[in-house]
Amino acid sequence: MGRKRDAGEKVKSGPGRKAKKQQPPSRFLNEEERDDKKKLSRRQKKRFKNRLEKAAAIAIAKEKITERDNGKEIKKRATVPKVGIKRKIPHSDEDSAEESSEEEIQADEIEKKDDDADISGYTDDNKEWLKPTGKASLMEEDASDESANEDIEEMADEFGDSDDSEEDKKDEDDLLPVEKAAKNLRKKQRVDRKLAEEDLKTNIAESETFVLPSGQEIEKDTQTQDLAIVQQRIKEIMFVLSDFKSRREQGRGRKEYLSQLCKDLCTYYSYNEYLMECLMQLFPLEIVEFLEANEVQRPVTIRANTLKTRRRDLAQVLINRGVNLDPIGKWSKVGLVVYDSQVPIGATPEYLAGHYILQGGASFLPVMALAPQENERILDMCAAPGGKTTYIAALMRNTGMLFANDANKDRAKAIVGNLHRMGITNTVVSEYDGKQFPKVMTGFDRVLIDAPCSGTGVVSKDPEVKVNKDEKDILRCSHLQKELLLAAIDCCDAKSKSGGYIVYSTCSIMVEENEWVIDYALRKRNVKLVPAGLDFGREGFVNFGKYRFHPSLKLTRRFYPHTHNLDGFFVAKLKKFSNKITGQTKDKPTTDKKDSEDTEVQTGKEAKHN
Amino acid sequence: MRPLTDEETKTFFEKLSKYIGENIKLLIDRPDGAYCFRLHNDRVFYVREELMKRAGNISRENLISLGTCFGKFTKAGKFRLHITALDFLAPYAKFKVWVKSSAEQQFLYGHHIMKSGLGRITENTPQYQGVIVYSMHDLPLGFGVAAKSTQECRHTDPMTIVAFHQADIGEYIRSEETLL
Repeated sequence: MGRKRDAGEKVKSGPGRKAKKQQPPSRFLNEEERDDKKKLSRRQKKRFKNRLEKAAAIAIAKEKITERDNGKEIKKRATVPKVGIKRKIPHSDEDSAEESSEEEIQADEIEKKDDDADISGYTDDNKEWLKPTGKASLMEEDASDESANEDIEEMADEFGDSDDSEEDKKDEDDLLPVEKAAKNLRKKQRVDRKLAEEDLKTNIAESETFVLPSGQEIEKDTQTQDLAIVQQRIKEIMFVLSDFKSRREQGRGRKEYLSQLCKDLCTYYSYNEYLMECLMQLFPLEIVEFLEANEVQRPVTIRANTLKTRRRDLAQVLINRGVNLDPIGKWSKVGLVVYDSQVPIGATPEYLAGHYILQGGASFLPVMALAPQENERILDMCAAPGGKTTYIAALMRNTGMLFANDANKDRAKAIVGNLHRMGITNTVVSEYDGKQFPKVMTGFDRVLIDAPCSGTGVVSKDPEVKVNKDEKDILRCSHLQKELLLAAIDCCDAKSKSGGYIVYSTCSIMVEENEWVIDYALRKRNVKLVPAGLDFGREGFVNFGKYRFHPSLKLTRRFYPHTHNLDGFFVAKLKKFSNKITGQTKDKPTTDKKDSEDTEVQTGKEAKHN
Repeated sequence: MRPLTDEETKTFFEKLSKYIGENIKLLIDRPDGAYCFRLHNDRVFYVREELMKRAGNISRENLISLGTCFGKFTKAGKFRLHITALDFLAPYAKFKVWVKSSAEQQFLYGHHIMKSGLGRITENTPQYQGVIVYSMHDLPLGFGVAAKSTQECRHTDPMTIVAFHQADIGEYIRSEETLL
């Protein structure tokens, strides 16, 4: 679907298996630095340049006209080709013949345009967005002109060493019949492609002027469901929105553009409107990148089980089995990314012997944040299917005590299987509702709670989420998460020598399920946020929409598919500093005065929700 | 969760000694802490004592597993070893069978070991002796029973079974539901 490729990243090429590997999967830090500047597409840049030049040319021409009326034809002929040549500079090497003819066309165009301008009497300042309707045909011409240029370029790309057509003919004589046939076929394909492109161009020519379509037009579009038009419109609107002041159509508000964009994105990527609105709020600039990233699967990652093997040995064994893999990144010493494999990666003898586990890169993060130590007592409150649990146990080297709990008995069976396969002996698996766990046992050194969530961060895994989540679901999740987090905090022991930490994580990116929940816990219990110990990822939101959170929420970490090539994820690390419960003692108000208003609003909402 | 009765202990240890012989006592007298066997839901778990005491907090209905599961008692009162015990059987095994890499997959799908797939076998293995099955890279794959003694193995034709399959690590995928 036309994802932009990163030209800056070069794939190493050369002999040998290692050299031929694919691009690194993690596009971490540089990606993040880069993405705050909005990039224009190649087409957009070209168009923008054309427009500037045209405006300049017209300005010059006009000056001439005002100077003297007579002999204007000759003058214009003299000035215009200069512009044409200037415009041609990037690709003016081979096609001089076409160029001259094109110049003439352009000259004619500008002349015509000039006349139009004179008639309608627009000032030059407005020319960029004011387009008389009569000019539609002219724009079309322009578009086809552009496409012709492109074709020439493309041809040059494809047949980098091919010469002029005359030479071709000369060569054709001493070609084999097969080669001739191939050549003909290629020519035919080229023509076909050109025609198809022109077709598309004429279809979408109307939106080239960035005029928001009327209601009727949209209805027509939705009936025909032409996704190419919708996609083009998305691009146009994003282009307008990136510099709204100068690119907007007069008399149309930002809201109209946004609502149209939302509708188009919903159609194109098939989301429901509520979710799309939330996402647009989260990613005002990078919404398209995010949605595109959701369409692609994340790479398969595995975690080496340090209890049974080392990553290097495991990698060697798997390479011998015909698996193409690489370390996951600098941030993990146990992760491997699997690019492709000749054997089923989930059924090799090594997998069965528990040397590794299939685990998404994002689920390493909460465990790394938890930083379990040996001989501690640790609780994993929502453990199934046991990926994080086994990682915790491996970090504890099978010492201490690990309690894995899950509310669902069938899912808890998966934990048992994974634990035994990975050779973990220090774990007790139980099946309680997480909210009841403080009644069963407390006094843990560390607690990990990977709360059940709406799954808006893992759309690529489960596309159902796109359509079946609405506000009610999100708030229901949020409510459950608050209860679970409070229970987790109650299970933790503040007086623990080595710990007293709680890590909260979700695979959702909604603020309601993340920052809001943490903010709630900060007010209800004696906990504070501490740095998660993850040196990448985005900071959590302190202010978002109607919400005003505690300033320390910037210590939480968010991970997105499009910036980190991980599942959408949220990680927060809390330190418990007192076992007292705030509501009962009243001596430790944790919220600021500033926050109190919002607190009321939010608690009001919760009450309603209850 | 309760300790095993004398009778249960007897059945259980008899079974275990078929594979690891007198090495059972190494399982109980460990230098790194006191370990014990506990019965829960007819299953025998091998667990560190401190952990077992903590697990006592969890009610019987809600406790699913603790430590390592060794196997279960059938309704008839016999004991059946599970593949999950392999981690503790393999290091103490008395008799071993190595399968060729070509026959590895066969065994992992639950088939018996043929003479053609036999890579190596411990000297002096008697018939019907419990054996641990390894791959040629010394990766424990499961366990079974020797169908032929080492001597007999030398002279049989390639398609005869030399070891019966009892459990293999493929069960982690094939029968995850019934594992516990």
